[in-house]
Amino acid sequence: MGKVNITIDGIDMKVPEDYSVLEAAREVGVDIPTLCYLKDINEIGACRMCLVEIKQARGLQASCVYPVSEGLDIITNSESIRKARKATLELILSNHDRSCLTCNRNNSCELQALSDRLNVRELRYEGEKTLYPLDLKSHSIVRDNNKCILCRRCISMCKNIQTVSVIDTTERGFYSNISSPFDLSLNDVPCISCGQCINVCPVNALREKDDTELVWDAINDKSKHVVVQTAPATRVAIGEEFGLPIGTRCTKNMVGALRRIGFDKVFDTDTGADLTIMEEGTELLHRLNNGGKLPMITSCSPGWVTFCEYNFPEFLDNLSTCKSPMQMFGAVLKTYYAKKTNINPADIIVVAVMPCIAKKAESKRPEMSVNGLADVDHVITTRELAKMIKEAGIDFHTISSDHYDDPMGDASGAGVIFGATGGVMEAAIRTVYEIVTKKPLDNLDIISVRGIKGIKEANVQIGDFTLKAAVASGTGNARKLLEMVKSGEKDYHFIEIMACPGGCVNGGGQPIQSSAVRSKYDLREERAKAIYAEDVKLSVRKSHENKLVQKLYKEFLGEPGGHKSHELLHTHYIDREKYPISQ
Amino acid sequence: MHIYSSHVLVCSGTTCSSKQSILIIDKLKDGIKRKKLNEKIQVITTSCFGLCTKGPIVVIYPEGAIYSNVTLNDIDEIINEHLVNGRIVKRLLSGDNNENNSYETADFFKKQERIALRNCGVINPEMIEEYIAYDGYQALGKVLTDMTPEQVIDKVLDSGLRGRGGAGFPTGRKWLFAAKAKGDKKYVCCNADEGDPGAFMDRSILEGDPHSIIEAMAIAAYGIGSDQGYIYVRAEYPIAVKRLNIAIKQAKDMGLLGDNIFETDFSFNLELRLGAGAFVCGEETALMTSIEGKRGEPRPRPPFPANKGLFQKPTILNNVETLANIPVIILKGANWFKTIGTKKSPGTKVFAIGGKINNTGLVEIPMGTTLREVIYDIGGGIPNGKKFKAAQTGGPSGGCIPASHLDVPIEYDTLIELGSMMGSGGLIIMDEDNCMVDIAKFFLEFSVDESCGKCPPCRIGTKRMYEILKRITEGKGEVGDIKTLEELSETIQAAALCGLGKSSPNPVLSTLRYFRHEYEEHIINKRCSAGVCKELLDYIIIPSDCKGCTKCIKVCPTKAITGMIKEPHIINQEECIKCGACLEACPFGAIIRK
Ligand SMILES: Cc1cc2nc3c(=O)[nH]c(=O)nc-3n(C[C@H](O)[C@H](O)[C@H](O)COP(=O)(O)O)c2cc1C
Ligand code: SF4
Ligand code: SF4
Ligand code: SF4
Ligand code: SF4
Ligand code: SF4
Ligand code: SF4
Ligand code: FES
Repeated sequence: MGKVNITIDGIDMKVPEDYSVLEAAREVGVDIPTLCYLKDINEIGACRMCLVEIKQARGLQASCVYPVSEGLDIITNSESIRKARKATLELILSNHDRSCLTCNRNNSCELQALSDRLNVRELRYEGEKTLYPLDLKSHSIVRDNNKCILCRRCISMCKNIQTVSVIDTTERGFYSNISSPFDLSLNDVPCISCGQCINVCPVNALREKDDTELVWDAINDKSKHVVVQTAPATRVAIGEEFGLPIGTRCTKNMVGALRRIGFDKVFDTDTGADLTIMEEGTELLHRLNNGGKLPMITSCSPGWVTFCEYNFPEFLDNLSTCKSPMQMFGAVLKTYYAKKTNINPADIIVVAVMPCIAKKAESKRPEMSVNGLADVDHVITTRELAKMIKEAGIDFHTISSDHYDDPMGDASGAGVIFGATGGVMEAAIRTVYEIVTKKPLDNLDIISVRGIKGIKEANVQIGDFTLKAAVASGTGNARKLLEMVKSGEKDYHFIEIMACPGGCVNGGGQPIQSSAVRSKYDLREERAKAIYAEDVKLSVRKSHENKLVQKLYKEFLGEPGGHKSHELLHTHYIDREKYPISQ
Repeated sequence: MHIYSSHVLVCSGTTCSSKQSILIIDKLKDGIKRKKLNEKIQVITTSCFGLCTKGPIVVIYPEGAIYSNVTLNDIDEIINEHLVNGRIVKRLLSGDNNENNSYETADFFKKQERIALRNCGVINPEMIEEYIAYDGYQALGKVLTDMTPEQVIDKVLDSGLRGRGGAGFPTGRKWLFAAKAKGDKKYVCCNADEGDPGAFMDRSILEGDPHSIIEAMAIAAYGIGSDQGYIYVRAEYPIAVKRLNIAIKQAKDMGLLGDNIFETDFSFNLELRLGAGAFVCGEETALMTSIEGKRGEPRPRPPFPANKGLFQKPTILNNVETLANIPVIILKGANWFKTIGTKKSPGTKVFAIGGKINNTGLVEIPMGTTLREVIYDIGGGIPNGKKFKAAQTGGPSGGCIPASHLDVPIEYDTLIELGSMMGSGGLIIMDEDNCMVDIAKFFLEFSVDESCGKCPPCRIGTKRMYEILKRITEGKGEVGDIKTLEELSETIQAAALCGLGKSSPNPVLSTLRYFRHEYEEHIINKRCSAGVCKELLDYIIIPSDCKGCTKCIKVCPTKAITGMIKEPHIINQEECIKCGACLEACPFGAIIRK
């Protein structure tokens, strides 16, 4: 990469030639304000907060999209810049529902922070305000256009990264707004509830549907036995909500806090993940040995499953019939655990803490139940759990607990790595290898499937068989991969797909970081590091060696892939029309 | 090609066809056939002559007689007198004295110089043969056989031609940048989106001389090394679209478009893209985004289109009128071109004159012509003996020029100095009955409606300015409003993403500059002396003039007028909604507006 010489506020510097002025400025400690900019995702120069003067160009220029070039002379702080930024921000605020006190993003809002930073203390330009109805219909996601500042990060995410394209700008000028085709609710369009749009929204225009009150109600209902399960990715992210560095492992604090909140039992979804590996590994071997449909594709990411149902119905038979770990574990809790503890399953409330908002919708699918009882009753996100902890007055930093509860608290490192892209593949390989070869795997770290690359491939030698595997995260990458499989360009036995870029560590229910933080750190990488650190620390790192899982098959399920498993742990999929005429 | 001895040209432009010019064409054709003259005389449907107020217009060559206000009843006389007996029908001539009859000498045309409009109204735009007969495609032939691409660009550079789409960027420089840019594919685009309110210059060229655009684009493509062009034309111009399609097909059939033009290894293909009518799609990056099939919104520059334009490839975009100049420049040379117009702005500019002026229509004048010449010599002055107040150029991006600057020569830079701009050529004349606050509000409302909504300064800022202007014209203005307008203008100019937003405060700023007192009058005295802002007016009956005829009582929709018959009436100001019906109805002029 070539370098160019530029001057910023009189400081001469050399920067890579593909830098924007904004990136260059940040290197010399000039923190230019931004609102619409999101590194690599949304670089459209729309919000005009990042204006600077450039000697070689007329007027003010948006630094986030201005490429550096040799000799560029830039000023980032002048009277006219300051005035233009502040007035523009005041204009944005003049058409904003400024209800910070009761806002879900109070204290984590980029608009609010910027108003403070630019010292906006009065609004000079009041006038008409647009008024939009809230979209409350979806199980997972709420849209409040009265808070939207039209930065369009959500569109770039949904359209360019996820290739789902269910939101776009409509109307013009003052009345332009973000909406879905035909003005439909997000519930009635092929939105996959990945929640990636929420994570990039700088304000509270998009948020998860808040289910914390339902959980409090359940806890307060003395007739109910309320158990909670926590997904692997939650433990490496929740600390961010309490000011801890990105990628801090907080399993102990989280378990302690959950118990203090008042859950009767605190279990680990990782146990469900181990179960998934037993079932899915068995299914893979069965398909390989009996000429079944290949490649087999994982089904533990509900965002991905929905994406497949809408966009690639021809691959539905390729999807593993396994339910997701959360659902499998819920089903086991309401059957095996209920029997074991002698509690009426109807009195058990299963709450799941997930990095994900698609899980909210997943838990509501009619297939996800046994004997008329939903496998999982309530799903809350990592963010919602953090709010509950704060509301309960628990000091997250000091509370701690060493272990999940008996009798369902055992999990392996293989379950933990489900939280990062490639984790399911790695966990499956650890188990399938040993089942097939009956020999212990020398090196448990399958590096080739790790990392944040969108599409990864690996050839894994299992005895004399070479397993051709691929891993994709982000539905845009999934689309690319499946198109290659469809055209015959690529050919695999086993594919892992996660809807969220980087996998669940970067799920739509995880703590939201500002654009500035996201420019500095790759959340996917930092959180995944913590996941792999957690794995190494565990004594059991293979699903089939999980004592609890072994016991579960012996006492209750019989064989992986057996009759009982099929009844409780497997499901089916639906070919969904994107925009049915009947709507 | 058949040779006719006479040609009868009938305008089918917007105004003329609304006054039955199509029927006139039919009747002429019929009559000529009945006289068995159809082998000798050809009736040609043309586009706008630019004399819209006097339409329908019929021009007969070789005499060059211009008949105006022609009706169906005049046709027999024209045929019998002029076409059969060779006697000009003087009473139908358009000149102010009836001697002034030919195209070259009519007052309206005297100060004009027709380069871009050279063929409009002269040739049949649906026949490539006629374009060729008027030197069409000669320039392309010359370029392809005698000139290198560098020479083409040099010539355009040398001519000093500046973009007629508004900004006045030197066309040759634009072409040079694109020629130098590296790219496996390059594009030539024509901006035929013409969205300014009241503008129809480009439309007239497209309808009247479509081949000139095609030829110019091919020349541009040769110059920059492109083989693909797009004409982005608004869908509301169905005749232009139709004639462009015909022209493209004809050019293809004759080997003037497509592969290996003039048996050289130069190939150029051309396609139309229809714009849905959003004004912002005329902005160059928005236009390209729209051609790419996305929502037509501007994108930041750099990268400039010359490097990364349409589909991220080097692209040039030129306005219709700019392009119409190209073939002439190639044939007659840069030096010839520079003899017309001014040093900094060579050539001519087409304006659509409208508003309070006797001759509305299209004019093409050499740059440097003064506003006074345009208004009084070409435009025939202000109707009804009213006083000229201001001229608005540049549409919603431009500003108002007051009477004190009537003698300023019209060219790019002078207009900008005056706080206006050339724009694409809308020229609206205003007299003492126009309220300048109201005018500013009108143009700003246009920008508010046309803002794409991408950036907040324009999306919200123009809206806020409009709200303030609306308040002022409703008598609810406050001290401080002017300051806020100026502040907002400054913000929007500095911070908006594209030209639409950046220039949208111009109508407000220029009226504030020259007519500040009108704002102050509205805000402080709550009065509109032009009598435009309804809420600031009172309708009053002058008792001494009122005969008590009760006519006003009968027309008043709100029963605001009371009075006994034969006694002076009185208007109750609380009830009056200022509709003006009574003023019209009063036979004695006893009602005034104040
Ligand atoms: C809001 C906006 C609307 C525009 N509309 C037009 C238009 O309708 N026709 C046009 O030729 N140029 C229009 N322009 C100017 C174009 O962006 C561009 O400068 C021009 O087409 C370049 O051609 P030229 O160099 O030949 O003038 C518009 C610019 C803006 C900012
Ligand atoms: S979105 Fe931000 S600025 Fe708006 S109300 Fe919520 S916290 Fe306040
Ligand atoms: S949740 Fe995912 S699919 Fe749905 S709108 Fe947001 S980004 Fe698009
Ligand atoms: S919903 Fe959020 S991310 Fe989307 S445009 Fe509005 S403010 Fe930006
Ligand atoms: S990748 Fe994880 S967080 Fe994202 S939708 Fe799938 S399960 Fe949910
Ligand atoms: S200035 Fe107006 S038209 Fe231009 S990008 Fe901004 S909002 Fe759109
Ligand atoms: S202006 Fe209209 S409403 Fe007022 S008095 Fe006259 S007729 Fe009646
Ligand atoms: S325009 Fe640069 S951050 Fe929005």
